Amino acid sequence: MFDFDMLLMVGLKFLFALLMIGAVMTMAGYSVLAERKVSAWMQGRVGPNRTVLPFIVHIPFVGKFLKGLGMFQPLADGLKFLFKEEMIPGHVNKLYYNLAPIVALVPALTTMTVLPFGEFFAEDGRTIPLMLANLEVGILFVLAVSSLGVYGIVLAGWSSNSKYPFLGGIRSSAQMISYELAMGLSLLPIFLWVSEPGTGAMGLSLVDIVNSQNDRAWLLLVQPLSALIFLIALFAETNRLPFDMPESETDLVGGFHTEYGGFKFGIFFVAEYAHIVVGSAIFTVIFLGGWHFLPWIADPWPATWVGTLLGIGWFLAKTIFLIFFFIWVRWTIPRFRYDQVMNLGWTKLLPLALLNLIFYVLLVTWLDQPTA
Amino acid sequence: MAKTVVLQRKPLSLSERTYLPQIVTGLKTTFSNMFKEKVTLQYPEEKPIIPKNYRGVPTLVKDPNGREKCVSCQLCEFVCPPKAIRITPGSVPEGEEDREHVEKAPQEFEINMLRCIYCGYCQEVCPEEAIYLQDEYSSSGYTREEMINNKEKLYELGGTLPDSHYKWDQKKTAEEQGNDH
Repeated sequence: MFDFDMLLMVGLKFLFALLMIGAVMTMAGYSVLAERKVSAWMQGRVGPNRTVLPFIVHIPFVGKFLKGLGMFQPLADGLKFLFKEEMIPGHVNKLYYNLAPIVALVPALTTMTVLPFGEFFAEDGRTIPLMLANLEVGILFVLAVSSLGVYGIVLAGWSSNSKYPFLGGIRSSAQMISYELAMGLSLLPIFLWVSEPGTGAMGLSLVDIVNSQNDRAWLLLVQPLSALIFLIALFAETNRLPFDMPESETDLVGGFHTEYGGFKFGIFFVAEYAHIVVGSAIFTVIFLGGWHFLPWIADPWPATWVGTLLGIGWFLAKTIFLIFFFIWVRWTIPRFRYDQVMNLGWTKLLPLALLNLIFYVLLVTWLDQPTA
Repeated sequence: MAKTVVLQRKPLSLSERTYLPQIVTGLKTTFSNMFKEKVTLQYPEEKPIIPKNYRGVPTLVKDPNGREKCVSCQLCEFVCPPKAIRITPGSVPEGEEDREHVEKAPQEFEINMLRCIYCGYCQEVCPEEAIYLQDEYSSSGYTREEMINNKEKLYELGGTLPDSHYKWDQKKTAEEQGNDH
């Protein structure tokens, strides 16, 4: 017998998953455009402003405005990658060479399954967080899966069988190991703080973290040092400047994707930006109060679907600001030297994260001691 | 003898050693740059301003009376370092009263733009001020043959330039007054 409820649930989940992938991929595509536009503006240039669809350009004002913003550039870029010749160099390990872009993209897209981005107010008064899977150990899942992304890079570097990709792969794995530690340690005080008796949140759930920031201080204000360490580690994990060791186009040609072209290169490219989108969203969830309004102010929107939409919009606004911040930093700071990256990770960030953890352990213990 | 002075650098303060204030300063700079005026020239729609003494594509010019100035002396052909110019000399067409003192005119004048190096020697050597490197800088074509500018094309590109001498008019009046020239 068919179980229609079951089928409906699976179908809905499938639909939501497709929507989510669509949203993240669109944002990744437009992050590429934003990167080009923002870099152009910062350098006194104009950026892409020629691409336009034939029927859009005839709309007065709007068409011209969209053309000037380069709104259709991602479409052209994507099509270009799609129609390019798929080259496989003769000296590569074909299986792993083809596998690497997929391995790079999948973790970036998998982390978003546990990403809450809003809440839905049901009619019976319950609030249901909007996310694909409400895991109790959400943040553990994010940390575990997002660091799998490095395998794509290592695999690409190794299977390319060429010196520059190889160096890029090695650097990437070394960097990932160094910053993963600081990243994890910087998050521990957050959970200590949130799990404090009386707040109700007792786990590693991302939803509880967001809700603990409702009409209270954002965790960015409570634990600025944790936020700073997490942000720096996030830059390193997403391979963004000033830590884009695996790519470092000035000394490694293109790093791990030197031997890649066409759509496979496009996948690496999109994966990098998907990482940034998801990373920004995670930072928003943990430190910037997610879909809740400003610190100490209760959500001004009503507990209906309007509030749901406004909440999602507010969440997106924060995420987009962070994506802008990523781009902004990239066009401001030059790249660190490889040894400087390692030095910063091991001798600065890791001890700092440990000290931060110890400080908050002591603080939380002192705050939590029963009042005699 | 010069004395070497070792500068004492002040040790960095704690905030300087984190580099964070410096990074914030950098971020401010790039952010304010975003709103500055753009320097981009939207090329095919906007053209750059070409300075007066620019050496563009070599062209043949006519004098303000619309007369051909080139007398086919072939000095430019001779001086041209990459041998881009080829002139087929001819006579001045019959019945052109005001040009009767000129002995020759080019029958065909070809400049191969695939050879031309824009050195401007032809302009420099021309005794008639008939060849000029003007402000045209973009020449393109689909075939090699298209890139050879013939006489008609050269006059079309060159147009008319003001003349301060009217050399041949002066010679004519001089002869009419009985002076040798």
